[in-house]
Amino acid sequence: MSLFAIALRSIKQRSLASVLTCFSMALGVSLMVAVITIHGVVQDSFRVGEQLGFNILVGPKGGKLQLTLNSVYYLDQPIENIPYAYYLEFKQQADRQADYRHSLANKADQLHWELTDATQQLAELGAGSGSAGLLTGAALELLQQQAEQQDPGQRDGRYGPYIELAIPLLLGDYYESFRVVGTTPDLFGTLKIGPSADQSYEFSEGRNFKAFDQTNGYFEAVVGSIVARQANVSVGDKINPRHGAVDGHIHNEPFTVVGILAPTGTPNDRAVFVNMDGFYLMADHAKPVEETPEDERENQLVEPADEDLAAGAGEFDIRTPLPIEQREVTAILLRVGGDDPISQLFAVTLPNEINEGSVAQAVYPIQEIHKFFGTFIGPVLILLLVITLMICVVSGISILVSIYNSMNDRRQEIAVLRALGAGRSTVLWIILLESMILSVVGGAIGWLLGHGLVTMASALWVEARTGVTIGFFQFAPPIADWLPISLELLLVPLLICLAIVVGLIPAIAAYRTDVAKSLGK
Amino acid sequence: MLELLDIKKSFPLPGGRQLPILSIPKFSVAEGEQVVLVGRSGGGKTTLLHLIAGITRLDSGQIIFQDKSIGTLSEPAYDRFRAAWMGYVFQTFNLLPAFTALENVLLGMTFARKAVDRGRARILLERVGLKDRLHHRPAAMSVGEQQRVAVARALANRPRLLLADEPTANIDPANQQKIVDLIRETALEEKISLIMVTHSTEVASQFDRVDQLDEINELSAGAEPTATETT
Repeated sequence: MSLFAIALRSIKQRSLASVLTCFSMALGVSLMVAVITIHGVVQDSFRVGEQLGFNILVGPKGGKLQLTLNSVYYLDQPIENIPYAYYLEFKQQADRQADYRHSLANKADQLHWELTDATQQLAELGAGSGSAGLLTGAALELLQQQAEQQDPGQRDGRYGPYIELAIPLLLGDYYESFRVVGTTPDLFGTLKIGPSADQSYEFSEGRNFKAFDQTNGYFEAVVGSIVARQANVSVGDKINPRHGAVDGHIHNEPFTVVGILAPTGTPNDRAVFVNMDGFYLMADHAKPVEETPEDERENQLVEPADEDLAAGAGEFDIRTPLPIEQREVTAILLRVGGDDPISQLFAVTLPNEINEGSVAQAVYPIQEIHKFFGTFIGPVLILLLVITLMICVVSGISILVSIYNSMNDRRQEIAVLRALGAGRSTVLWIILLESMILSVVGGAIGWLLGHGLVTMASALWVEARTGVTIGFFQFAPPIADWLPISLELLLVPLLICLAIVVGLIPAIAAYRTDVAKSLGK
Repeated sequence: MLELLDIKKSFPLPGGRQLPILSIPKFSVAEGEQVVLVGRSGGGKTTLLHLIAGITRLDSGQIIFQDKSIGTLSEPAYDRFRAAWMGYVFQTFNLLPAFTALENVLLGMTFARKAVDRGRARILLERVGLKDRLHHRPAAMSVGEQQRVAVARALANRPRLLLADEPTANIDPANQQKIVDLIRETALEEKISLIMVTHSTEVASQFDRVDQLDEINELSAGAEPTATETT
């Protein structure tokens, strides 16, 4: 018979004590597995925020972590808002011109025709040569400069040429318990996600929303997969966001759901995304023009005429986008740093430049997430792991007590084995094997129990909160880059080591059994 | 087959003193010979068997088994030697309660570093009349049946020397003779040398050779053993 069979038989002989010991170990291991797995889930759910395709986050001055949590994970409340015109400084001329068409103070067309008219008149006068021509050219150039200054749509944004992508986020509304995010179609149409930023968003149903649709106008929406499931939303449904809170008043303007995102495992699974222009057209989303601060007026350079205000205030056609003077954004997602050295340098210097200004701040969301983990999550995890490790050690001690208490009753049995020719080391190994079997079996049961608990929790709570699904046989991710294997796989050797340590005392007692004295007792 | 020369054995007492138990100038058993050893209780009969089996170690002297001196073997080597060449039948059977009759016999083979022969184990149990009890545990057997399992276990490795320490002490009178007959007949069949310790004069009278421990042990010759200080 093998030593393993002898050890197993001894365990069976003390079945009640063995079961209790195994259960004790299973409890400790299940807690440890649950902690490790949930930590992995939390880590993954936060780290997916590092793979959403943007590398800089711009928002109002305030807490960097709050800005990150609010804009990336849709947690907490927005700090404040920043002027829409500030967002346009990250855009290039073509985009700016399109947006500035909706400015209350839009005198672009007027200035353009004035310039064109002046140019024609000068041409007819034949002032294209000599000193007169030089003066005319200088005057034209001056007019051109004035036109550009007074028409912000005629120039690139201050940072525009170096920004690959700038996407605004508008937060504050809710649909049921889910955040409503106003944004542009670029979020799902242009932004690439994934570890290499090369994956496009996919839709399980429908399509991305448009800036303007012939049927739905500015009121199109896309919902995340969890929203669709939990709120029972389908393509074609009309949804009305609530203003400012989960139980805020319902906006009158419905949005048509045109697409449902395929599950991404990101916070986007738990949000409703509406077209930005439609967001602005909902009641209470327009900033009153008379309250525009001085610094915003400086940026605009052109103040709206009273007759424009009288004509436009409160009477916008539902298909006319809100003037940019009445718009604010909660945050801006930036993708910065192309292949050229200047862009890469810009990616490093841009946050400093923004932070030195008085309007906004710029953060690297990845850094903030890592800091958050390192400051809060990491220590909590270590504490939980230490506690569960102590539970396992206590369970190991129960193995020691169980086996050691049995040694008195088994002294004769050990002596018989020795008399039959088993050496001292053989009986020592039999006892250690018993300890290892109890430990590993308890650990295996604990692993199954821990994963069962986590899978249940995933189905009932985790998936709903984080969008992350935990499969039964899904191992926790590696705990560190320098240790690229799941901590769960280390449990087996750890348990064996623990078993050897706690089994050593009774094993030594067996080793030192006086055969002659113990026989016949 | 077996020769003991000038063996001495003492046991430690509290206070560092030693209690001499055995001092045997010469004791030998021929191949195939059956010897019964009788003596007073506490005289050292079991100790002598333990010394021969290597369960306890000599203080001095030689044990020569098949022309090989085994008294100086290391403990692990003696354990293996005992498993391979000797069988031991204990007074209290010493079957392992968690194992069946068949498994107890197989345990006798496990530590001899030979292939475990389940067939031989079955044959031995059949020979001792336990063909239908192979898979029964000791708790489900009578005392007589348990001792027969113990005999089968002692014979498992085809030993050259069988040591039986009062094998009938815990057996009812009706079965005592059966056990003695079983041991002697099996030893005869397989040409195994036998040393049996017994208090029973009826058992002793059946043997051709009866040795009195008091006669071969110098310490027992008419005097109580005296404790001595260790040097």
